Amino acid sequence: MVDKRVRALVLTGYGINCEQEMAHGYRLAGARVTVAHLSDVLEGEVNLDDFHILNFPGGFSFGDHLAAGRALADKLKATRGFWSKLKRFVKDGKFIWGVCNGFQVMAKLGILPVVEGKLGDPEITLMANDSGRFEDRWVQLAVNPDSPCVYTRGLSEITLPCRHGEGKVVAREDIKDRFLAGGYVVMQYADDTGLPTEQYPHNPNGSEAGVAAVCDESGKIFGLMPHPEAHLFFTNHPNWTHKKVELFRKGIRTLPVEGEGMQLFHNAVRAAAEEFDLSVPAEVTERQLASR
Amino acid sequence: MSPGGATRIEIRPRPGCMDGLGRRAARKLGFSAEAVTGARIYYLIDAAQDREPLADSEALELARTYLADPLTDEVRIGETRGEWAIEVGLRPGVTDNEGNVASEILREVLGRSLRVHHARQFTIRAAGSAQALEGGTLASHCRARLGNPLVERFRVPAEGDPPFALDTVAEPPGPATIVPVSLGGDAAALMRLSKERVLALSVAELRSVREYFERPAHQAERAGLGLPPDRPTDVELEAIAQTWSEHCKHKVFNDAVVFRHADRTVAIPEGLFRTFIRGATEVVSRERDFLVSVFTDNAGVVRFDEDYDLVFKVETHNSPSALEPYGGALTGIVGVNRDPAGTGLGAQLLFNTDVFCVAPPDWTYPLPEGILPPARILAGIRQGVEDGGNQSGIPTVNGAVFFDARFLARPLVFCGTGGLLARQIAGRPGHTKQILPGDLIVMLGGRVGRDGIHGATFSSEGVAEETPSGVVQIGDPITQKRALDLLAEARPLGLYRALTDNGAGGLSSSVGELAQLSGGCEIHLDQVPLKAIGLCPWEIFVSESQERMTLAVPPERWDQLAALAARRQVEATVIGHFTDSGHLTARFGGKVVARLELEWLHHTGLPARTLEAEWPGSVPDRHDSAPGPAVAPLDPAPGGPGEDPGTLAGSPDRTSALLALLGAPNICSREGLIRQYDHEVQGGSVIKPLVGIHRDGPSDAAVLRPRLDSGRAVAVSNGLGCRLAEFDPYLMAVHAVDEAIRNAVCVGADPDHLAILDNFCWPDPVHDPDRNPDGRRKMGALVRACQGLHDAAIAYAAPLISGKDSVKNDFMGKRPRGGAPLGLEPAPLGPGAAADELKLSAPPTLLVSALAVVPEATRAVSMDFKAPGDLVYVLGLTRAELATGEYESLARQAEAKVPPASGALAERRLPTVDPALARRCYRAVHAAMQQDLVASCHDASDGGLAVALAECAIAGELGVRCDLSEAPGARGLGDEAVLFSETGGRLVLSVAPADRERFEAHFPDLPLALVGRVAAVEPRSWKEGRSGVSERELPDAGNQPEVKGVGPPEGAGGQMLVEIEAQGRTVVRAAVAQLKRAWQETPQW
Repeated sequence: MVDKRVRALVLTGYGINCEQEMAHGYRLAGARVTVAHLSDVLEGEVNLDDFHILNFPGGFSFGDHLAAGRALADKLKATRGFWSKLKRFVKDGKFIWGVCNGFQVMAKLGILPVVEGKLGDPEITLMANDSGRFEDRWVQLAVNPDSPCVYTRGLSEITLPCRHGEGKVVAREDIKDRFLAGGYVVMQYADDTGLPTEQYPHNPNGSEAGVAAVCDESGKIFGLMPHPEAHLFFTNHPNWTHKKVELFRKGIRTLPVEGEGMQLFHNAVRAAAEEFDLSVPAEVTERQLASR
Repeated sequence: MSPGGATRIEIRPRPGCMDGLGRRAARKLGFSAEAVTGARIYYLIDAAQDREPLADSEALELARTYLADPLTDEVRIGETRGEWAIEVGLRPGVTDNEGNVASEILREVLGRSLRVHHARQFTIRAAGSAQALEGGTLASHCRARLGNPLVERFRVPAEGDPPFALDTVAEPPGPATIVPVSLGGDAAALMRLSKERVLALSVAELRSVREYFERPAHQAERAGLGLPPDRPTDVELEAIAQTWSEHCKHKVFNDAVVFRHADRTVAIPEGLFRTFIRGATEVVSRERDFLVSVFTDNAGVVRFDEDYDLVFKVETHNSPSALEPYGGALTGIVGVNRDPAGTGLGAQLLFNTDVFCVAPPDWTYPLPEGILPPARILAGIRQGVEDGGNQSGIPTVNGAVFFDARFLARPLVFCGTGGLLARQIAGRPGHTKQILPGDLIVMLGGRVGRDGIHGATFSSEGVAEETPSGVVQIGDPITQKRALDLLAEARPLGLYRALTDNGAGGLSSSVGELAQLSGGCEIHLDQVPLKAIGLCPWEIFVSESQERMTLAVPPERWDQLAALAARRQVEATVIGHFTDSGHLTARFGGKVVARLELEWLHHTGLPARTLEAEWPGSVPDRHDSAPGPAVAPLDPAPGGPGEDPGTLAGSPDRTSALLALLGAPNICSREGLIRQYDHEVQGGSVIKPLVGIHRDGPSDAAVLRPRLDSGRAVAVSNGLGCRLAEFDPYLMAVHAVDEAIRNAVCVGADPDHLAILDNFCWPDPVHDPDRNPDGRRKMGALVRACQGLHDAAIAYAAPLISGKDSVKNDFMGKRPRGGAPLGLEPAPLGPGAAADELKLSAPPTLLVSALAVVPEATRAVSMDFKAPGDLVYVLGLTRAELATGEYESLARQAEAKVPPASGALAERRLPTVDPALARRCYRAVHAAMQQDLVASCHDASDGGLAVALAECAIAGELGVRCDLSEAPGARGLGDEAVLFSETGGRLVLSVAPADRERFEAHFPDLPLALVGRVAAVEPRSWKEGRSGVSERELPDAGNQPEVKGVGPPEGAGGQMLVEIEAQGRTVVRAAVAQLKRAWQETPQW
């Protein structure tokens, strides 16, 4: 029987550390997932072309030395065979998703947002938080309805944890206006009213216009600072014990299983399935509906 | 190009871009942010001698492309002149993580071998500094605040300092020869030898070594091998010293003890560890079937589920942290990571814990030479644990910070790591190790340098002013992560048969220990990869350079492991093989440089010793329900310099006292600190360190799911005993156990599937008439604490599975000149000590860490009140026991103005706990939680029931109204006791009104009482307060009741009140927002 599932590649190695939960999100979303050490991918042991979605998980690649994501991006670009393969992967309309350190790597590689159309030319960077500190903090995010991003389809807001010291998005002056005005900005840190904010701590890093997530114009190349893979489950939410009490008092004694972050995985796998004429197992859809 | 062949590159943020480096430095210097600009400095040195040096234009291009951010940085080559700047770089030989990464990347992208040295430069504009400082003064001001001379060096170009001499990175070659060491002479000569070589061996131990080398059979054999026949080589003596160090051998816990107390003299021939710690576990193991491997490996192992076991170890890293807090704590956390990683066939790391005991950061007394300011120590250890944990991808889920002046010279840094160990690995039980003769000794990970030489023996002595700097290291979490990632791949493939970590004592210890499994080893010290040249053979053998594991690899598997390691860019080197010769043999250049009988080295050689212990009081059985023992009245407190102590205790205004308690250093919010740790990486987080509607409430313990495909979870908690130590160490230990278990039970842990770990940190308990005249009493305290730990572990049926001790927490130095006050009591010295000698000791401290199974994550419970109208219960007996508690400490500060209180405070009874009763209570709570009957659960500890209630209200942002006279045992007690007593074993719970009967049915014959209700406000949605700290919008702010004595309620939270009655009158009435403010008004950690 032919396996019609979407194939996702999750990179690890060199200090990447969120690969297991990232892979688990894909498993729950009905994809076939491979966790591969980057050195195997660079040396061709694992072939990038065999996959539909490439993932740069969070972590501390090379200890964030030089700058977060910098050393890993340099390494990837320096490996010629890989860099050309990666560019072809993009041109083939495949998907790339980076979270936190993975987003930093993608920004430094210059594979998003690509406002000017030059792949590999960095247009944004991620700087030290205005607070000067690493922070683990859950944030509320407003989702841009005008963004072409396939990962956030159907979402208007989402709650996720941020865990970074360098998350302030800075755009190059010459593309800044186009960047902020277009659909490149996928998510923005929001205040209690749901509006984008630059105010700490709702915006944990001081990102201009509250930019938290960015995509390219296809909506398939996507990076964000908050961690969807840390909210795969209902019990990941910091207030789930409160929500549980509320549900029980309403007589609802079955708790949701999935967390809000799972929606991005479902969207990614669905979009890739549509794009490449693949399928999502039926039980995944059932579980997702049960979790609503 | 600069002198020395190095190109200096300066990278600063462009104008208008955030300068994090400069801003952090400005904060440390006390200058305005604009006064300081930070720059990253890279020295590039072409390592290939035969190539043309790097041209400036080439260096500029390279820096722009690979080192600087094209959007935000600007790059210069060479030195910027005309500005006053100070440059801080690492001393040669200290791990330079930034430089090493730059070097690795440049090698990959350029194919060219460049050595990179990293430094930081701070340019200071006098206009923005606090006052116009003269150059010299500015330099010393900066030196004292921007670096640590133990690991860093400074240069001020304006003062003519030359560029850092980089050629010293490669140190001059040392003699690759061995030196025989004479053990002749009298006791004084042996002591001198021990001190000069930092051996930390006693005269008796050195005599035992001498005796070994005097045996005729040994002499003949040694002569045949070309070894000095009648004396050890330096390699041998150093290896013996490491193996026999207190750090590795735990002599204080293994030696026989004679214990004299007021009633009689008791012999403890088997020593403290066997009698009390392992003894307790042996008893408990009869009713606990989840123990897998205890006290035998690097960490304890207990059953988790059908496929996996849990591994847990907690260590201390006190000595290095006192000298170099950042490096000390960083190596502390990455060091303890290697314990579970080196247990059995190696565990996957799940979580970290950290507990800090430090002096108050606002310390104002003059510091004796050799002691760093407490604020700097706290900042350094916090940063060290942050970098160690975050970069390794291990969540830091639980911890504590405890302030006490007595930690001034000897801060305590406890670091713990838990792991998940597969029960079957490559067809073998995962918790076992096996080595066959012929298996290869493989060193994997980092290289060996001069860093960390003599750490084990150094920590086995007290810290002194002249402590050598080689004992301090900077860890490299990423190199370690790469090595541990490789092991995770090699493990299921069966590429190794055993492994252990390289920690204290380095290879001499790791290889020496593993060699016992096969019965011998032969190690080639010249094959060990080095990161500094010129190390002597003995230095290679004992260096504690970090990030290394030692493996036993079957010869037929080596090629496969080597190939995998090469692909992962992890260094793995064969450095010898295991044998069954019965000997530890070391060679250098083919020549034998050490040969010691394993049996002698590990078992028979170390001379037995009997330690003397005494305790002035009698030794009663504490497992009764008598009121807490009374202790002597307090001495008048020494007033802080220039401080105005409050007038809170002793006054009837309990609301003010509660507000003051919430702001007390040992109670106030730790949010700022906790947020800097990643506490949810790996995705299994269930109960976080910060909980509640605004995610800022103090969680009792952490819960996480080790397997994302299973609902089964783990709880991690701790209980710290310290304040009771000087009065009743037995009780201190019982409380520490109780608190750890209670905290775990609060979040849903099964008290019948729970294990504990002990970490003792003690001042030196070995008597010496001059250096340690009160040693017997400290040993007596240690005996009492062990007895308490033993009895409590049995009473709760909580097996001890692992532990560690640090028993030299003393500082020896000189009194400050001019007789300036110290601000704390020095430890006594004997008649032989010089008049200006100063000894400062940490107080006896016991950390108990608990690891427990939470059967189903969705039944975990958090401490915040959930819903208005919920019933509030107190479980456990309250007695008038305020002595040594937070309220008494507050009273002590206030005593200067307020006469000593009457009643409970004056009576000074120590807090008690009844473990038998507490155990029944905890089991009942757990049973109720399994039926979803508990909405919130929080332990009452520091500051008593009043603080616990306030914390539940703050976290839930809900009011509470209750009558604490209803609490079990409280009727008839004074309101101070009811509110603030610290009797152990108590919990505050909230329950839905509809569940009342079903909940109460779990507590027949137990001290449970309904004391009040969560105060009613309008219904809320859980989405509110979702993004952090802002206060909730509340209806009708005009309808706020006036709160007497505390001013009008402020802010939007003013409608919710904490109202506590006792003996028929309201004793506390405060707005939740006001309590929260008091609790959160903490320094920025």
